[in-house]
Amino acid sequence: MLVVGIDSGSTTTKGVLLENNSIIKTFIEPTGYNPKSTMMNIHSELTKGKEAYTVTTGYGRNLLENVDKSITEITCHAKGAAYLCSGIDAVIDIGGQDSKAIMLNSDGQVIDFLMNDKCAAGTGRFIEVMMKILHKDIGHIDSFIKDKTAVKISSMCTVFAESEVISLLANNKDPGNIAKGIIDSICIRTSNFAKKMPINSKSKVFFSGGLAKSDEIRLLLAEKLNCEVVTHEYAQYVGAIGAAVIGNQKANKILM
Amino acid sequence: MEIRKDLPEIFEDFSEARRNGFISAKQFKDQNKPMIGTFCTYMPQELPLAMGAAVVSLCATSDETIADAEVDLPRNLCPLIKSSYGFGKTDKCPYFYFSDLVVGETTCDGKKKMYEHMGQFKDVHVMQLPNTQFGEQAFELWKSEIVKLKELLEEKFDVEITEDAIKSAINLKNRERSALKDFYSLGKLNPPAISGGDILKVLYGSTFKFNREDTIEEVKNLTSRILDEYNSGKKLDSKPRILITGCPIGGITEKVVKAIEDNGAYVVFFENCMGAKAIEENVSEDNEDVYAALAEKYLSIGCSCMTPNPNRITMLNKAIDEYKVDGVVDVILQACHTYSVETLTTKQFVNKEKNVPYMSIETDYSTSDVGQLNTRMSAFIEML
Repeated sequence: MLVVGIDSGSTTTKGVLLENNSIIKTFIEPTGYNPKSTMMNIHSELTKGKEAYTVTTGYGRNLLENVDKSITEITCHAKGAAYLCSGIDAVIDIGGQDSKAIMLNSDGQVIDFLMNDKCAAGTGRFIEVMMKILHKDIGHIDSFIKDKTAVKISSMCTVFAESEVISLLANNKDPGNIAKGIIDSICIRTSNFAKKMPINSKSKVFFSGGLAKSDEIRLLLAEKLNCEVVTHEYAQYVGAIGAAVIGNQKANKILM
Repeated sequence: MEIRKDLPEIFEDFSEARRNGFISAKQFKDQNKPMIGTFCTYMPQELPLAMGAAVVSLCATSDETIADAEVDLPRNLCPLIKSSYGFGKTDKCPYFYFSDLVVGETTCDGKKKMYEHMGQFKDVHVMQLPNTQFGEQAFELWKSEIVKLKELLEEKFDVEITEDAIKSAINLKNRERSALKDFYSLGKLNPPAISGGDILKVLYGSTFKFNREDTIEEVKNLTSRILDEYNSGKKLDSKPRILITGCPIGGITEKVVKAIEDNGAYVVFFENCMGAKAIEENVSEDNEDVYAALAEKYLSIGCSCMTPNPNRITMLNKAIDEYKVDGVVDVILQACHTYSVETLTTKQFVNKEKNVPYMSIETDYSTSDVGQLNTRMSAFIEML
């Protein structure tokens, strides 16, 4: 039984192909200006014309026609994270245009969640904008900020923080220290936001989204949250994986 | 006092629906009867009704006049306050325009300070509402403010408001509240008989009717018709049942109800001011002291401007059980500090005492967050 999960995010669109509940293929590409055609493209890349039960999620989830199910990214992130990593209590996702904290029960079901989607502060966009000023690719963030000392960034607003970074550069501050300060600021913000949920020192938190690829960011987040923060090489695909896992359950129910 | 009967200059620019609002308000005024505009549910409507006046709610529900209001008021203020002020200032609301007197109360900080500015272009009377429902002093203050309002109305409109007239107004309002309560109690039916969107339409629409006896009749007929149809098999699907609490909703903020009902659930109960908050309890008709009876009912309204505010929790407690609620959605208007701060108490009560999922959402009078509301509400409903 083939199942496709597609997560249409604000920055990238992710797809996974599941066969008998195991991941056999993944695909990612920038969402671009036409999220629907990006989703269609990923769907055909994954299925190569074969029949597959399809579930969509993410902010473009309702764009694709003829899908079997559309489920919100909250439910899918929880399912996907629980699939990748057993025994987790919460998921923290820093996405391109929002961030979320989700509490799970032992079955990987959502029991509570919080979303920050009012403003770019605290989202991936914040770091993206700052890295552009520093002329650094976000993929190289770890080597850039390793062993650096964070410069305090006091503005939470993306636009004001941009001016703050520019004036720090004008004061001849080390760009690595500034970058560390930016990461420090987003980790503090994310952990303060997530602490509205019952996360404590015994909790095991799964970190998802593109930023989870960075060990430095994950460790800094663990320090601020004062608990274990884990991730997975497929962390960026967690929404798509969750969609596919739910799809697999639904499809099997239909077959039975 | 001269009663206003002419239409505003801007009238010709209005859409048909709004012109009709102006015309029906004008027709009422042409009978030489006064119109009293109100903002909050604390205003004892029985007093103006006792002198034959119409009572209309002036809480505005669209972003149309927010830009006009922001010329005078800060941007970071509750949209309901800005919008209401804006409609008043621009003569775009028939009910504000034709109100001979606007009565406000010292409820939230935003409103009570806004009334100071509104007083510059409208006759505004502000009742001093205590911040607490506890203690004799609070009660006596509110009772004396009710008496003061009665005297002010008598003086302004050169009428006498007798206790007998107040008693019949209490009886009228009690019958109206009971009719509305019977109507929204249809929400107890499981599966539901009508959607939450329709419940809200009736509750909201009833605030703009001038003839209360007609309203009572209409609402009663509607309730029995829906009940008959339900009993003959006209039922909605069984879906998760949502209770809405928090700031006033209606007009543009119906987007929250829509986001819930478009994504697989029904709203079965509205705790907000437009809903049960002010309707659930009647005024005692046994108390010979009509002012004490009015003070007792109105002071007990569970608004977040009260501290502490146990009556809101009492109402939620009862409604969650009676309406078999699966999830609670707390609607907070942007910059509403009192409801926003109270989300913690409400969440703790709903989650821990009632073991029911809870979600608070902050929104305003724009449509920019409709996508985000849909995602949040779908995720919340998926969780139930």
